[in-house]
Amino acid sequence: MTEFKVPELGENVASGDVAKILINVGDTVKKEQPVIELETDKATIEVPSSVAGVVKEVKVKKGDKVQVGSVIFTVDDGAGNGAGKSAAAPAKPAEAKAEAKPEAPPEAQPEPKPEPRPDPKAEAKPESKPETKVLSMPQRQAADAAPPPAPAPAPAANVVPAAASPAVRRLAREIGVDINAVPGTGPAGRISQDDVKEHARRILSSVGSAGAPAAISARASRPMPDFAKWGEVVREPWSNIRRVTSEHLSYSWNTVPHVTQFDKADVTALEELRKKYKDQVVKAGGNLTVTAMLVKVLATALQKFPQFNASIDPERGEIIYKKYVNVGVAVDTDRGLLVPVIKDVSRKNITQIAVELQQLAEKARDRKLTVDEMSGGSMSLSNLGGIGGTYFTPIVNWPEAAILGVSRGGTEPVWRNNQFEPRQMLPLSLSYDHRLIDGADAIRFLRWVVEAIEQPFLLSLIG
Amino acid sequence: MAQTTQIAVLGAGPGGYAAAFYAADLGMQVTLIDEEKNPGGVCLYRGCIPSKALLHVAKVVDEAAHASKWGVTYSAPAIDVDKLRAYKQGVVDKLTAGVGSVAKLRKVNYVQGRATIAGPKSLKVAGASGETEIQFEHLILATGSHPTKIPSLALDSPRMMDSTSGLELPDVPKSLLVVGGGYIGLELGTVYATLGSKVSVVEMTAGLLPGADRDLVQPLEKRLKALFSSIMLNTKVVKVAEEKDGIRVTFEGDVAEKEQLFDRVLVAIGRRPNSKVPGLETTRVKVDAKGFIETDPQRRTAEPSIFAIGDVAGEPMLAHKASHEARVAVEAIAGHKAVFEPQAIPAVVFTDPEIAWCGLTEAQAKEQGVDVDVAKFPWGALSRAITVDRPEGLTKLVLEKSTGRVLGVGISGSGAGELIAEGVLAIEMGASAEDLKMVIHPHPTLSESVMEAAEVFFGQSTHVYKPKRK
Repeated sequence: MTEFKVPELGENVASGDVAKILINVGDTVKKEQPVIELETDKATIEVPSSVAGVVKEVKVKKGDKVQVGSVIFTVDDGAGNGAGKSAAAPAKPAEAKAEAKPEAPPEAQPEPKPEPRPDPKAEAKPESKPETKVLSMPQRQAADAAPPPAPAPAPAANVVPAAASPAVRRLAREIGVDINAVPGTGPAGRISQDDVKEHARRILSSVGSAGAPAAISARASRPMPDFAKWGEVVREPWSNIRRVTSEHLSYSWNTVPHVTQFDKADVTALEELRKKYKDQVVKAGGNLTVTAMLVKVLATALQKFPQFNASIDPERGEIIYKKYVNVGVAVDTDRGLLVPVIKDVSRKNITQIAVELQQLAEKARDRKLTVDEMSGGSMSLSNLGGIGGTYFTPIVNWPEAAILGVSRGGTEPVWRNNQFEPRQMLPLSLSYDHRLIDGADAIRFLRWVVEAIEQPFLLSLIG
Repeated sequence: MAQTTQIAVLGAGPGGYAAAFYAADLGMQVTLIDEEKNPGGVCLYRGCIPSKALLHVAKVVDEAAHASKWGVTYSAPAIDVDKLRAYKQGVVDKLTAGVGSVAKLRKVNYVQGRATIAGPKSLKVAGASGETEIQFEHLILATGSHPTKIPSLALDSPRMMDSTSGLELPDVPKSLLVVGGGYIGLELGTVYATLGSKVSVVEMTAGLLPGADRDLVQPLEKRLKALFSSIMLNTKVVKVAEEKDGIRVTFEGDVAEKEQLFDRVLVAIGRRPNSKVPGLETTRVKVDAKGFIETDPQRRTAEPSIFAIGDVAGEPMLAHKASHEARVAVEAIAGHKAVFEPQAIPAVVFTDPEIAWCGLTEAQAKEQGVDVDVAKFPWGALSRAITVDRPEGLTKLVLEKSTGRVLGVGISGSGAGELIAEGVLAIEMGASAEDLKMVIHPHPTLSESVMEAAEVFFGQSTHVYKPKRK
């Protein structure tokens, strides 16, 4: 029988409330299968199983507060507790180390052991899984790219340090390679300088085309200067959302060749309509905002321009076209940027969208968004107009293909009907994945968006 | 008067002065601060060095006594404690002055005095000539450690000694109780016993030198049983009280006589880090529950401009660990990606016989569930050990089972401290038993035991017939 325990959930997350239990006694669970949803102070996390078998007993119920290491359920795998050990792996090395140092008088302390070396696999799993919480894809990808192509280390790998001389270890450290992941070709698995270089080459070539060299970048970051040299500084730990945002945006930026195009839409007529109908929408429980209307515009545009509702799969040499139309909307919260997704926008009217948008934004601010509510977008919308700015260059929310940035609108003189007229103009910035979308198509898309805003009738004509 | 410096090093022990010298060698401007006249720290003034000088004398006395077995009989030694103390002091003076002059040659600014930290970028030193303010870019804390004190052994009496006063060698007491069966207690106990004291050792745990593998301790324990008048294991001192003729000590545990009287009592129950550096609270440096300053693998504290090395930065509290950390910290300051990640830190007990080990011990392998083979070569089959009439030693290798890779080495025997360096090198280089077996070792030397232990692993030792189990 094997126990499944709450794995490491990431930095600064030690506990959470069980929001949902996704398994029942008697179910057959597979590894990687989500088994519970944990609500932490950062976000709702879907926790995948690290064990497989038939669920024998579920030890928690909805609403329970659980800690890292708490037993969630047991499975009957009929194979002793081998897998159970690996399930609890993240906690183990530290424990073993603590136990290995009993209260021996310090004078005779024979502790020449270095830090136990973390099992690279054990490290990769608990890190990558819980962080599926905001936007799961990039982490999954990075984790998949990271494991060394080498044979798995021996079972004792987390105790026995890598067989490499100090000079070889230094080389690895300097070029940003985890020495514990390098397969040694020498006698007794000894790692030579050439092994380290070969390993680095392999990582670079295996990740090269897919994007960021994840296995290297984490460690090979350049050393930080000592800022305190120039004045007072304060160091604060990264929040989880900040870290996930950082990883995700770096991945998008490194993966997607970005182009951004700009245009302006005349929203004078739209504004009039908005004012005219806004009370009606308030009654329905929403706010008739420019954002809500733009979500509908984008949904219609996505149907007309299918290459904008697509993702590229370089591994398989395919383009994936989506038949659904979901639009993500960036929400600014006190914990950072979150992007809830409005599903099936093409089947919803603007009032429905406005209501849903209101609900999602509230959930985002109350930390109640689920992973599901933050994934599956076709395209994203980022409206900074409430704050200001003229134009900006938003980063595509990979694996989406495009993002529309909205800045602050204002009244401008526009040459119209042989004279300058004061019109309300809205600046739009469209960033897109140039691998999928050509510049001409992009400007056609943006022009269509502008025209739909100026002639709302187009929406009902096509949408 | 304010001085500025790139690196300030607080504490001039083997961690601090190594850091200062290395930084100077890398072209940095360095200020080294200590209360003593010269660099040296506990190691040179009150630790490793004076104790080794005294242990050398003890060894000569012991060998002279044993020589009668070999047909050479000396008369009993006449011991002139003053002269012996002067010899020891001469060794200390010579070494500390030597380190001091090397500091000058390197243009290290040596400031004698007591430092108070005044924030992440400056400190003040109160010395004989007044107060000096020193502004630094980086500070390396190498403030060391001090002997542990506990209330049940707190008695203000000249008869009570710690390792510092024990090394002062005030006299040769008729009877001496050593509290603590760790290396400091056993080394000093050996000195006093050889000089003529009746030495008793009391140890709280079930064996001497907790942490070392038992088979390594065994030859020493046998010898110490003859040298000391008693070794009380599983025994605690619960009370000490001064009387006219000595210190009345009350024991609790596996000992028949619960109260005994000693001329002197030497307390050697461990050391505590000197992390109560004045003004440390003006920085963000963090101290853990045991009093060690918390550092990252580069030995940087939570205050980015401040590093900590040596005893104050964590176990094991050993000089050679400190000087290695010194190099790591200085390289980190110089912008290199150095980290402290030794595979093996040797530990040496300078008793007679010596005990030395590094890497994984057999006991640790068992605790941590590492699958190992242990190959032992007894010195009874080692020609060099026989020629010096010290056949009681043992050399053992802790080897990774699947590969024969050397994970740990333990040596018990005369000169073990010198021999262990080969073990450290083997572990650091990722050597296997096969490598050790195929390296030619000089004959006849004690070092052959390392090669022959590797041969034992293959069931092919020249001098031990122990075929490999099929």
